[in-house]
Amino acid sequence: MSEQTKDPNVILRVSHISKRFTSKGVCVRAVTDVSFDVRKGETIGIVGESGCGKTTLGRCVVRAIEASEGEVKYTARDGVTYDFLRLNKADMKKVRKEIQMIFQDPYSSLDPRMTVIDIIAEPLKANYPKMPKAEVEQRVIEIAKRVGLNTTYLKRYPHAFSGGQRQRIGIARALILHPQVIVCDEAVSALDVSIQAQIINLLKDLQKELELTYLFISHDLSVVEHISDKVGVMYLGRLVEFGETDKLFSRPRHPYTEALLSAVPIADPDIQNERIPLQGEIPNPANPPSGCYFHERCRYCQEKCVQEVPDLHEADGRMVACHFAEELHLRGFDYGQD
Amino acid sequence: MAETDKKALRAQKRAEKARRKEEKYYLASQWQLMARKLGKHQLARISLIILGFLYFVALFGNFLAPYSLTEYDANSKDLPPTPLHFSHDGKFIGPFVYHAERQTVKMSVAEKSAAQKAAKERGEKYTPPTLIMTDDTEPIPIQWFVHGSSYKFLGLIESDLHLFGVEKGKVFLFGADSMGRDLFSRIILGSQVSLTIPFAGTLISFVLGLVIGSVSGYFGGWVDNVIQRVIEVLNSLPSLPLWMALSAAIPAGIPPVQMYLLITVILSLISWTGLARVVRGKFMSLKNEDYVMAAKLAGVSDMKIIMKHMVPGFMSYLIVNLTLGIPSMIIGETSMSFLGLGIQSPATSWGVLLKEAQDVTSIALHPWCLIPLFFVVLTVLAFNFLGDGMRDAADPYK
Repeated sequence: MSEQTKDPNVILRVSHISKRFTSKGVCVRAVTDVSFDVRKGETIGIVGESGCGKTTLGRCVVRAIEASEGEVKYTARDGVTYDFLRLNKADMKKVRKEIQMIFQDPYSSLDPRMTVIDIIAEPLKANYPKMPKAEVEQRVIEIAKRVGLNTTYLKRYPHAFSGGQRQRIGIARALILHPQVIVCDEAVSALDVSIQAQIINLLKDLQKELELTYLFISHDLSVVEHISDKVGVMYLGRLVEFGETDKLFSRPRHPYTEALLSAVPIADPDIQNERIPLQGEIPNPANPPSGCYFHERCRYCQEKCVQEVPDLHEADGRMVACHFAEELHLRGFDYGQD
Repeated sequence: MAETDKKALRAQKRAEKARRKEEKYYLASQWQLMARKLGKHQLARISLIILGFLYFVALFGNFLAPYSLTEYDANSKDLPPTPLHFSHDGKFIGPFVYHAERQTVKMSVAEKSAAQKAAKERGEKYTPPTLIMTDDTEPIPIQWFVHGSSYKFLGLIESDLHLFGVEKGKVFLFGADSMGRDLFSRIILGSQVSLTIPFAGTLISFVLGLVIGSVSGYFGGWVDNVIQRVIEVLNSLPSLPLWMALSAAIPAGIPPVQMYLLITVILSLISWTGLARVVRGKFMSLKNEDYVMAAKLAGVSDMKIIMKHMVPGFMSYLIVNLTLGIPSMIIGETSMSFLGLGIQSPATSWGVLLKEAQDVTSIALHPWCLIPLFFVVLTVLAFNFLGDGMRDAADPYK
């Protein structure tokens, strides 16, 4: 907390979050010791391959599931900093509405049995039960207009809408409580590329208008590169690299980031991008390898990597968890133009 | 010019109509979509009409049945269905019947003793041979809205009005049973038990299954474990000996219908297990649905999430389950009465009627005893088809 008062812009301080799932005596560490700061108005991208724990991390942060360890210090609108994961009921009721979530699948995240107006109004009704009906309706219409929904269709059921429109409904639902922080869990992954662009632009516009802070979880590097100020790369439940988007993309410091970036297709037939194929499968998180979790698949692996777990330390203006972050010269994302 | 205007106007109107139809589809709630799809299911629609008719008959049973359960006639034992006639002596006089009765064949003493001896040699009980005598000289017209035995309509309004009847003798549309009781009346009055008591049973097991299944699915952990083991124990009990034990345990003094209700209640106390399992499974899958999580994040209370998001999510399924559960309860009632564990005469259900038809003589000599079977089959089939249609309709977004 003392550090946070130093930087008044930090709205969310995620520190040492871990999540373990135990089933039949087997303990799976989905997220291990993840820490990062989020400043107000920033967009933090979280990337990684499927199964790396990025969704779990997002859900822990919004408290859709309870983290096993760690804390999320959140500075609310009233200026008070709360530990979001350990709030009492009364405070939770107050703070809950300031951290909201947009879901991946626009089909399963809307209740098919409720009209759109009811879906968007539900958070309002739950948090302000005494609000008169007319005001609820007016607010819903206001927010629907803002996210680009045709307000004449609000009395319809979700089955009458397309994927992109449904995602707009989901965004409207997340926005209606005027949150400060929104966790977008693969918010555009289920959409067509053209619709993706629309939704991303909408999210960007909304961010400017409403001073939103995004935690943008995605496996799509080009989307993350487009929208994020900072990017965190996750591998097997750990944050391996975290830094500003340009720096991280142009000069990665972690071999895993390098491999990920090399897999991004470039829409230019003249550029032959040499891909760095990763050996083997992502290890079983119930039985992670020794030392650096990535060492089995890392082409720069050395003796030290097998034995010691690397700390997340500062190198070249970002945080990296690699023993050789300073020595390695890794290839970044080639934009084609330069 | 005017012609093209008219054409354009017509096209506009058509487009408007199509748009409105489409709009209706978009604005339709889940239940409306379900009802619409159910209406398109031919078999389900027919079944619904049949069931509506059967329940209507049960509701107005006392009025529609010409006789009460206690009316019997020693001279009408095992009479076949009374034929309806319309013209007497070449003259049309509307529906009427001839009086018929069973009379003992007159025999001399010697003949009688010989027949008795023969029966004894065959190891049978001697029954004096009888003949059905029809008096076709005097037509007895069927009368409408006659006064007969008194009853209480819906248990409230006292009345003695019956839809039809005859002044002299009897009319047996479906024949008479071995005690000279009208089978038609007994089927109608029996349906009041056979069609309603399964509802009570299904309702009880429905509530139990819903509540216990929800608790099991929502809380999980050891609560879930205990409930599941209890369900397994209940499922492993053999039902037939249990029925017998139950009917033996209930004191004999109480009225037969009440006793039957009691048995059904006890039966439904153990038949909720299947539904509870399904509800538990549905709860577990819906608990992880994104929209449930969204509601949770929006600060909606647990109770509201269950009532507004989860229960409606499988309500359609439950209704289907209920519809398909009723016929098995009807069969259960029938088989219990058939085994002599349910209602006892003179109170009647379809099972009681079938029990009376279970010996070979009945089937060979008085096949009309089996008419109740037709109604059991019809009802069960109708419920099954209706449930089938509902299951198809329950997923309207396909």
